Formats: sequence, C-alpha cells, structure tokens
Amino acid sequence: MSTPENPEATSAAPRAASASFEKRRQRRAWLFLLPTLVVVAFVALYPLAETFYLSFTNARLGTGEPARFVGVQNYVDLAQDSYFHDAVLLTVFFTVVTVLSELTLGLGVALVVNSQFKGRSAVRAAMLIPWAIPTVISAQMWKWMYNDVYGVFNDLLVNRLGVLERNIAFVADPDVSFWAVAVIDIWKTTPFMALLLLAGLQLIPSDLYEAARVDGATALQQFTRITLPLLKPSMLVALIFRTLDALRVFDVFFVMFGNRPDMQTMATYAQQTLVSISNIGYGSAISVALFLIIAVFIMIYLAVFRTEEA
Amino acid sequence: MDLTPQHDLRAWRATALLLFVVGLCACRGDKSPPAGDSRPPAAATTAAAVAEAPGDSAIKAQPPAVSNAAEAKKYAGSKLKYYSEPVGVGAELDRVMIKQFQQDTGVEVTIIPRPKDATETYAVYQRLFQAQSGDVDVLMLDVIWPGAFAQNLVDLNEKLGEAAKQHIESIVRNNTVDGKLVAMPWFTDFGLLYHRTDLLEKYGYKKPPETWDELEQMAKKIQDGERASNPNFLGFVWQGKAYEGLTCNALEWIASHGGGAIIDDGKITVNNPGAQKALARAKGWVGSISSAGVTSYEEEDARNTFQGGNAAFMRNWPYAYAAGNAEKSPIKGKFGAGPLPHEPGQKSAGTVGGWQLAVSKFSPNKDAAIELVRYMTSPEAQKFRATAGSFIPTIPSVQQDPEVVKSLPFLANAKDITLVPRPSNSTGARYNEASIAFFQGVSQVLQGKEPKEVLGQVEQRITRALR
Repeated sequence: MSTPENPEATSAAPRAASASFEKRRQRRAWLFLLPTLVVVAFVALYPLAETFYLSFTNARLGTGEPARFVGVQNYVDLAQDSYFHDAVLLTVFFTVVTVLSELTLGLGVALVVNSQFKGRSAVRAAMLIPWAIPTVISAQMWKWMYNDVYGVFNDLLVNRLGVLERNIAFVADPDVSFWAVAVIDIWKTTPFMALLLLAGLQLIPSDLYEAARVDGATALQQFTRITLPLLKPSMLVALIFRTLDALRVFDVFFVMFGNRPDMQTMATYAQQTLVSISNIGYGSAISVALFLIIAVFIMIYLAVFRTEEA
Repeated sequence: MDLTPQHDLRAWRATALLLFVVGLCACRGDKSPPAGDSRPPAAATTAAAVAEAPGDSAIKAQPPAVSNAAEAKKYAGSKLKYYSEPVGVGAELDRVMIKQFQQDTGVEVTIIPRPKDATETYAVYQRLFQAQSGDVDVLMLDVIWPGAFAQNLVDLNEKLGEAAKQHIESIVRNNTVDGKLVAMPWFTDFGLLYHRTDLLEKYGYKKPPETWDELEQMAKKIQDGERASNPNFLGFVWQGKAYEGLTCNALEWIASHGGGAIIDDGKITVNNPGAQKALARAKGWVGSISSAGVTSYEEEDARNTFQGGNAAFMRNWPYAYAAGNAEKSPIKGKFGAGPLPHEPGQKSAGTVGGWQLAVSKFSPNKDAAIELVRYMTSPEAQKFRATAGSFIPTIPSVQQDPEVVKSLPFLANAKDITLVPRPSNSTGARYNEASIAFFQGVSQVLQGKEPKEVLGQVEQRITRALR
C-alpha cells in the first residue's frame, strides 16, 4: 500500500526539481485542506478554547452582570468539592466495569457471528437492535422494567420464579442501583463492541488458520497466537471509543437517577452546574477537568499500544 | 508477517486523535445546547415517565365559556405558544380549556408541555429568556420564581390589575416585583396527608394521626396486616427522589419538628437539632413503612401507589384528591385528606406551592396572550379547575362557593396548617442552587448518611451558593 506522495518514494529523482515540485504540491495540499481546517477550528477548537476561558471566570446566566476573571478560584473549589470527587470515582469505576464486560462479551459475540452458520446475516442485524435504540428511550424502558411495584423483573423474580421474597427497588436501593445501570450500558453497547471486533476478525487472512492447522495447532493456540495478536489494533480502537463514551456517560444516569447525589457522573454533574444552576464558570471548570481525565486515559492507551509495537 | 506497516500505525494514531477531538466536541455539545434552542431539552427524558393510575379518565365536565371572548376575538388568527402542565389531571384540564378558548376566540394556541421537573423547567425558561426568544408567549410560573424572572415578564397591572384585586392578597404581593404585576395567581398548593378511611377503621383507629409517632405506629400496624394479602403494601408514600419535590417534603418535616425553614431572617439555619431529628426520622421510614423505592418517587409515583390501593398514607398536593375520587378509582370514597403530622408541641406544616400564569416580554402577541391569561385565571375557570381537578382557587369568593367547598373538603381544616414558604426571597436568582444543595443533602441522608454531618455540608454549600 505504498503511496506516490510519500517522500521516500520520490527521493531517487533529481534533488532541486523534486524540492520545488514538492513545495508546490504541499502548498496545494494545504489549500485543499484549508476548508476542513477552518471547519474543525470553528466546531472543535473554538468551543474548547471558549470553555477553557470561561473556566477562569465567574460567568452565570440570568444575572445581567458581566463575567469577571477569577483566576484559578473555580479549580480551587473543584479540588475541595466532595460531590465532584464522588462523581469522578463513580464514573471511573463505571467505565472499568462496563468497558471490560463489553470487551469480553463483545469478543464472544464477534467470534460467534464470524463463524459460518445458517441465518448468520439475520443474527448480525438483530444483534444491533439494542445499539440502535436511542439511550433515553431504552433507559426509560429499563426503568419501567426495574420498577419496584409494577416492574417485570420483580414480577418474574417474586411471583413467577419465587427466587425472591420481596420486591427489590432496583433504581432506588443504593446497593443495587449501580449494577442496575451498569447492566443497561452493557446490554446497549456490547453489540457495538462486537461489530468493531467483527470487522477486525474479518481482516485476518484465513490462510493463517490453514497453516496453523497443518502445523497441528489446537483451537486455543490458534486463538491466542493468531486471533488475539492480530485483533489488537481493532481492540484498541474499540476500547478508545467505549472508554471515551463511558467516561462522559450522561443520558442513562440522567433518566434513571436525575440529580441523586450518590449516582452522579462527571457529565451529569457538569450538566447540573451548567444548566440547572446556570453557573457557567464553575461548570466549565468541571468540563475542563473531564477533558483532562479523558486525555489521561487516551494517553495510557496510546502508550500501551506503542510499547506493544516496539 | 508484518500486517501493520509504519504508515498504517500512523493512520491509526491520527484516527484515534481525530476521534478524541470529535468526542470532546460532542461531549461539550451534550451539556450546553445552543441558547436559541427553543425546545425544552429535558422534556423528552422527564415527561411521560409515569403510567396512568387506575381510575384516570378524560375530563367529562364542560369547561366554562370564554367570558372575555369579545375582547379576545380582536386577536383571532394570532398564534400563541403556551408552556403548560406536563402530566396528569392538570394536563387534561389544559387541553380542554385551551380547546374552548380556541373555539370561542379564534386565537390559535400551541400547547408545549413544560418539563415535569420544576428544576428543569426553570433552566428551560432561563435559556429562552437569555436568548430573548419569541417562542413562548404564556408560561406557568412556580410560586418561587417571580423575583428571578421579573425582568423578562410583561407588567399585567394595566390590563389585569382590576381582576387581580379579587385574588388572595399575599399571592398577588408575591407576584408583584418593583410595583409590576409580573404574573397572575392561578392555583395555590400546600402539602397534605392523605389517609385511607376504610383501613383506619379496619385497624381500629378513629381519626388520622396528629403526630409523626402516631403516623409511624399506624402505618406499621396497617402495613403488617395488609401484607398478608398484598406483599407490596406500603405504610406511607411521599416524594423522595432528589428533585424540587424533596425540598418541599423535607421542609415540612423540618418545620413541623421546630427546625425552621432552611433560611430564616436572611440567616442559613438549616443545621439545627430539630432539622437533624426530622431527617433522622425520615431516614428511618426508608425500608420500613416506606419501601426503599420511595427514594425514586415523584408526585405521580406516590399517587399511583396510593390510588392503586397499595398504601395507607400519602403526602401529596391537593390535586390527588380529585384524581382519587375519579369514577373508576379503586379508592373512590375511601380516603380523606388533612394536615400533615407534627411533633408534640409543634404545628402542622405545609410547604406553599402553587403556580401562576405569566406573559413573556419577548412575546410577539402580548395582547392575545394576556387575554388567554385572563380566561385561564378567571373565577369561572378557577371554579371549573377546583371541581374537576381539585386545584385550590386563588380567589377567596370562589373558595367559598358551595360546589367548591364540596369538592375540596380539606380546605375546612386547613387553618391548622402553618404554611411554610421556600426561601426564594432570601436566595433570589440563586434559588435553584440552594434548593439543589438542600435536596441532595436530604437524599444522602435517605440513602444512609448521618443527618448532622450532611446538614453541615448543606449549610456550607448554600453559603457558597449565596456568596
């Protein structure tokens, strides 16, 4: 897959002519890229810079007063804000639990639908249904199913199967509610994980497995020596995607718990501060903190990937 | 076997970086909708969260004719947007009355259900006003908001000042900011204790409980007895979700324990022995006379449980009275409502609620909007809403109307209730922040934390909010 633009490919040509030709090409390339860069700067960099700027002010909606620069006051407050600390811990724990579960389950699903069987395409389409339903709707559906009085789970567990003696308040009981919401997220995003991993599996040439079989490798050896190593790039992308999503999880928690303080994620806490309280300055500081925490996770992933490559 | 040559790796990194940036933008977008967005962002997630209770049915009575139709007809053909009741009986009453208004006047009204959660409604209004949006003409205003929104509302004195003189004076004063009448009183509210008369009799009680201890004993005994046939029966249901309703509930507990009203005479008084005792008591209900599920309940969840015959006592607003007496309601004629319990030596407390109707300063059809407000708050309309939906009229003469008295028997012993306002006067525009600090603290106690420690944090948070 070598490309003609690659400088190495043209290095054999006469130097002077090549240099000016390269320069012209580069100028033209920048020209073509310019519209994209302008759009990216407008929709990505500008809001980001604005959020950074606002996080150093005391901006509020509806006060009629202009925002004042307050230095790092918002960050000092943030460092002492126990609600924010709880939100960070909850979100990170939620991310670890759900992303690991989704990776394991998603890999299983991907391996199954990658094998040959009758009705495979129907299964592949059907498995995407949870992913296709908007989260606010599926979260509301689950909330009803979890209801402590008329929910279907309590009906099943208490009346039909008789496993439990009394109804459980899945949404309200502090011991259960975290796992209730984690199950919803795993149910919803395992198909997405499976889809990304399936794409990775299909990139692995089948002759590698043929060769392994000829050499007498067992199925387990084939999985650990061929499938897993070659799936790593797909896994990394899938993990980055899911980790990003999980760290800024909002809708499922908002629908299930509203403003309940022990079930607040970083994003619902930022939403509450920005929207319900209209404290734009402090809310922006929370958003920046969220940004930095996500950045740390991404850097860890990239570092791990780089050492694996080396 | 090099399947990932150098440039492929670079492509991966570039993709990852791009995803990173896109993700961050999407992330920011989630939290700050554009100021001009006129749709209530929370409506999709909070409205319609509750299934209909048994016995809910469409309003059958005919709404009153529009008495100011002649004046309103001048604006026939103009279009109004009305931020209305989101759910329940109130939403049905809005539908039939708006239909009547359209028929009689030719003014077109689009009903936009406001977010069910008052905290979210407040945020939606704040954004609409910040954007100076013409997308709202008439809006429902909670009793605690006139001060916060006054600068964005039309002064109704000129056109409705005369009509306002009929209404309860304290509410008109509440709605008057710097001499401007920014909202018309629509209905008033306070917390009530609902009880099942048939169950009290069955378990040998002559009258509903007067103190919290009595309530606990009765609820426990009835719950234990009823669970033999109905394992999910509850002694006492109320609004325990972390939202504005919990502020109203907890304020009643604290005030009836002699613990003040969060902020008294401009001082934050929330951390005191009376308040600690009140919250410790409520914490004890969760998992005993109220299931753990009560900490996810709003008004309609509590009403569904009570109206379905699954609870002995309920704290709720007056609207639940008419709903419970609807034709197919399983508890029709088997319940009463009255003052909430109190500690011995203290008085019953009821948090003052109630809603007003206001007209936005940015409305393109202010005159037509004022005529809609005139109709909706008129004596005839308030009588209709009282008899069909048990919304308490804000006009004393309508409150004394024999038909209204028959529909709202609990008004008779309302004199025993100390009406407690939420501290919106002291907090001004920071009310939401103070209220969130308060109800989140109460919620933490209900989930198991110690009242004393939590109330100290609440005090700090409210202090920070008001600085």
